[in-house]
Amino acid sequence: MFSLFVIPFCIGVVLLFAISAMKYVRWIRQFDKRQQVVIRHNIWSWRFLPAIWEAFREGLLHWRITRHHFLLGYMHRSLAFGWFLLIVVGAVQAILACPDGHPFYVAIFFNFFEPRSEHIVAFARSQTYAHVMDALLLYVLSGLTLAAFKKVWSRPLGMRQTTRHNLVDRVAKFCLWCIFPLRLLAEGATSAIYHNGGFLVTSLGSLMNAMGLDNEIFEYHLWVLYSLALGAFFTLMPFTRYMHIFTEVFLIYFRRLGLHDTARKDGYTLFELSACSRCGICIDGCPISNPLGINNIQGVYLLQNIRNKDLWKQSVNIAENCLVCGRCSTDCPVQIDLETIRRQVRSKDKAPIDKASGYQYLKSVHAFNAVGRVGYFGGCMSHLTPGITEAMEAIFRAAGQDYWYMDKERTICCGRPLLQQGFLQQAEELRHRNSELIARSGVTMLITSCPICYQSFTKEYHLNIPVMHHSEYIARMLQEGRIHAERSALRVTYHDPCELGRGCGIYTPPREVIQAAATLVPTRHEQEQSLCCGINLGNTVISNGQQGMIRDRAYQNLTEPKPDMVATACPMCKKALARGGETPVRDIAEIIAAQLTPAQ
Amino acid sequence: MDAADSARRAQLLASVPSYRLCIGCGACSATCSAGQFTQFNIRRIHTAFNCGQTDTLAEQLDSCMLCGKCMLVCPRGVNLRSLIIRMRQLLAN
Repeated sequence: MFSLFVIPFCIGVVLLFAISAMKYVRWIRQFDKRQQVVIRHNIWSWRFLPAIWEAFREGLLHWRITRHHFLLGYMHRSLAFGWFLLIVVGAVQAILACPDGHPFYVAIFFNFFEPRSEHIVAFARSQTYAHVMDALLLYVLSGLTLAAFKKVWSRPLGMRQTTRHNLVDRVAKFCLWCIFPLRLLAEGATSAIYHNGGFLVTSLGSLMNAMGLDNEIFEYHLWVLYSLALGAFFTLMPFTRYMHIFTEVFLIYFRRLGLHDTARKDGYTLFELSACSRCGICIDGCPISNPLGINNIQGVYLLQNIRNKDLWKQSVNIAENCLVCGRCSTDCPVQIDLETIRRQVRSKDKAPIDKASGYQYLKSVHAFNAVGRVGYFGGCMSHLTPGITEAMEAIFRAAGQDYWYMDKERTICCGRPLLQQGFLQQAEELRHRNSELIARSGVTMLITSCPICYQSFTKEYHLNIPVMHHSEYIARMLQEGRIHAERSALRVTYHDPCELGRGCGIYTPPREVIQAAATLVPTRHEQEQSLCCGINLGNTVISNGQQGMIRDRAYQNLTEPKPDMVATACPMCKKALARGGETPVRDIAEIIAAQLTPAQ
Repeated sequence: MDAADSARRAQLLASVPSYRLCIGCGACSATCSAGQFTQFNIRRIHTAFNCGQTDTLAEQLDSCMLCGKCMLVCPRGVNLRSLIIRMRQLLAN
């Protein structure tokens, strides 16, 4: 059971596994020390079970893409799951048909060897297997047709923009696209001569016979081309985006083990870089792409540039022009932590501060004795929106809450703006100061009005007291009956701040608060799909005018249902949206404070 | 003005074009978080940078917390955070 044409395929398979294994070993060795400890601690746990399920669901069924868009999901699924089943069913078919054993390539080129080799025997239901294999091939080809259609017109598959691929990727894609039609033609030609195969290839064989083609000559050449396409694709795979096929499985497993991106690029980041399939789903949602029309900085291009080390310098520019609104990470079907990877690149050229200068002046701030009270941290931006802080103080008073407004006079920034820009050490310094003040004051809980501070306190600080955003606090006070609000006739739309919604997953409490005092009207872009307000501390590149364009899109979405008022839960979003037009913009705290009624 | 480094200023203007719009109103300095603790004053830093008096500038710039309040109050839409980051980089080189 051998023919010369199988050689390109065999070389491709050997190269694929050898190169991939080398890469994976190199990346695993580059894991951060702490990550290695986590791996050793968790490797013999039950966590591989959910990892297997997730790898099956995402790597083969492409569940997240299907949720994003059904046809797009079908396209990815038919190629991945269809091909996987072709390999598995083909292997079973070969095992059943060759009781004496067989070389591994026979499963791939089964239809070629079947009529020629005496080692291959007929087995029970062999014809059913042939039909199943044909059905699977048809399934893959249907996905391939959609992929080709998407290249011409991507809108019906839910994509406004598609990725611009580099040359190697395009060559590999061409090889991949050739594999399945060539397989069909080769099997058809064999069927024309030997009348084997299932419903699809026998029909094609009859057609080829009817056309009067010289199948004896055609057949071998088609099998050679099929093997060449497979060999070329497998050889190119480790150097192209198709490396994601295997890498995503590893990434899912490592994530389940408890690994995550760290401040510096390490082995885990390298796995993430290769797990990106460059599907381009991150482009459409990005506010820099729509409405600004800048289509070269999105996650897919950032990762591509980091992988391609020649463009390392350029990746700094790509990393800087991002609002860090989190939309791409939310949309990403591989769930790559794009924000942290951006930060890794941003921090490359940011020098650490000299200990002697920097924030030494913050040592002059002394802690206030507030044992047993709750701490209220307005945040820098709330100082520009006194309406919010006054409303919060009114709510505290109405709830009978003993509170300490810790940054009433002067604010020490929470450190997140510095962190987002990659000034890691400086951010750490501010966190240290604030943590010290909070710990010394003895407050029992921390409440903040700023989603940026909230995300910082919950994710970056390690405080041993509960932290609440004011939306959660007000919702709880209403629930516990400690404050009462009278419902007004106002129709209100709600803007989800990026840092609070996608950043911290807080979608329900602000809505509950609004519903206590007004009628909440839905908009077209809600929750995870919400639009950025434009003024964001993540970006230092775009101009004031460009910020305005992003804000206008968000404002338009919010005012489309003609509300009496736009509500939000972030001082910066409030500032930004208020410049959008005539409709008044209020924070949820202000809405409640205006409707407070004494307890009955 | 003798110490002024016009090339460096040109570099700054090239990477932060909105800096040209500054009218020196001082709103940024009035709202500045760092300015409430120290003598940090963006308007003074601008002047010193343009005149080439850069001896203590890097140190002064390090006290900025990048909180971004200055950008929200700027009536001219100057990208002040970018200005400060870029100035830090230019002075470091």
